Amino acid sequence: MSTTSSTNFLQSSLGKKLIMSLTGLFLISFLVIHCLLNSFIFFNDGGLLFNEGAKFMAENPIIRIMEIVLFAGLILHMIQALILTMQNNKARPIKYAVQKGAANSTWYSRSMGILGSLLLIFLVVHLANFWVKSRFTGLPGLDANGNENLYAVMLEEFKEPLIVIVYLLGVGSLAYHLMHGFQSAFQSLGWNHPKYTPCIKAIGLWFSIIISVIFAAMPLSIFFGCIK
Amino acid sequence: MSQGNMNLTLKVWRQKNEKDTGKIVDYKVSDISPDMSFLEMFDVLNEQLISKGEESIAFDHDCREGICGMCSMFINGQPHGPNKGVTTCQLHMRSFKDGDTIVVEPWRAAAFPVIKDLTVDRSAFDRIISKGGFISVNTGNAQDANNIPIPKTDADAAFSAAACIGCGACVATCKNSSAMLFVAAKISQFALLPQGQVEGIARAKNMVAQMDAEGFGNCTNTGACEVECPKGISLENIARMNREFFMANIME
Repeated sequence: MSTTSSTNFLQSSLGKKLIMSLTGLFLISFLVIHCLLNSFIFFNDGGLLFNEGAKFMAENPIIRIMEIVLFAGLILHMIQALILTMQNNKARPIKYAVQKGAANSTWYSRSMGILGSLLLIFLVVHLANFWVKSRFTGLPGLDANGNENLYAVMLEEFKEPLIVIVYLLGVGSLAYHLMHGFQSAFQSLGWNHPKYTPCIKAIGLWFSIIISVIFAAMPLSIFFGCIK
Repeated sequence: MSQGNMNLTLKVWRQKNEKDTGKIVDYKVSDISPDMSFLEMFDVLNEQLISKGEESIAFDHDCREGICGMCSMFINGQPHGPNKGVTTCQLHMRSFKDGDTIVVEPWRAAAFPVIKDLTVDRSAFDRIISKGGFISVNTGNAQDANNIPIPKTDADAAFSAAACIGCGACVATCKNSSAMLFVAAKISQFALLPQGQVEGIARAKNMVAQMDAEGFGNCTNTGACEVECPKGISLENIARMNREFFMANIME
């Protein structure tokens, strides 16, 4: 037997899965940092610490470069997902009249595309709410420490019940996307081991729940006036 | 009607040939014994059809002992029906109730075109095997015990992977029609043993390339294949295939 295939690694099914898992894990690492920094609002100090963090993120050159890498990672994740989904649809041109998916898999593992699309819609709203304002159109003034007041924008946005609902839906999609995605990424990397996989699955589940609860607590605590 | 026997409504996919569009046709069967296998119930139905002068329903079967991998019905939304760890021939009518309606469809995948009714062409699997699911040289007679030391866990895992009968239930149930559980099993049974490791790089590259060329979908790790596999092939094999393929591409 000699190697007869000359297909490009990155165009192979397993190569594309590898990219999905690596970009996915990279996006998860971003979520951790995003969640930690945003949690500064829970100090309830009128957003002084939060604005300090926002200033660091806006001015640190490494962070600015990583912002570009982050967008690249996100776009790669989406493009790969799109290509894979189109191939998968083509692989079954005639659907079953009856298919009992619930008998063998979780609904969210079968709905990663829909959950991801919901996340993308949320992301557009989210970026328009905060990122565009802080980077391009400008913020409404300075806080007591003389930092740009991104916190004020947050307080303003989350007064609106519709915005809060959109955020809760976004966070809900994130929770389920991660519940499958986290452990799935390790499987795609080839990491399935009787000793470690139960641990990865447990960490994935709890990570998805905890990070989503913390994110959901942000608009809710502002909307209900717990944080001023 | 004997005690415990049942009357059933069957909704069966009928398709004359590869070109025909096909449709679901309703049939009634009566006085079906709960001890019949699902295929025997189909034999009864076919006898009925033949005696009425209608064309019998084509379906694949061979050993009817659950080891050949020929039977392939998608029954009420699941490959090989509702029970775990069995093929259609080992599914018995006691798994159903009197009055049930049962929908029977062929495997659905672009890589498994329907030949007729419930039979599909699974030669895509044969072409994948022909690209590397073998050892090129004669490895001789069985060795004396422990002549080649192989850890018990590796031997067991290789044997479990080799239990794959190539029925295609993994492809049929996968929302993406992915063949990765099959290919992973066929790669794993060699990757775990010294005789197979010699050709590991070419095997992983060639078999994955053929799998992609056949038009199977991509794995999204839903785990449906592992649940529906009549031989209990584990998802660990897919992770092993991924490792084998990544390493093969790093090495060559």
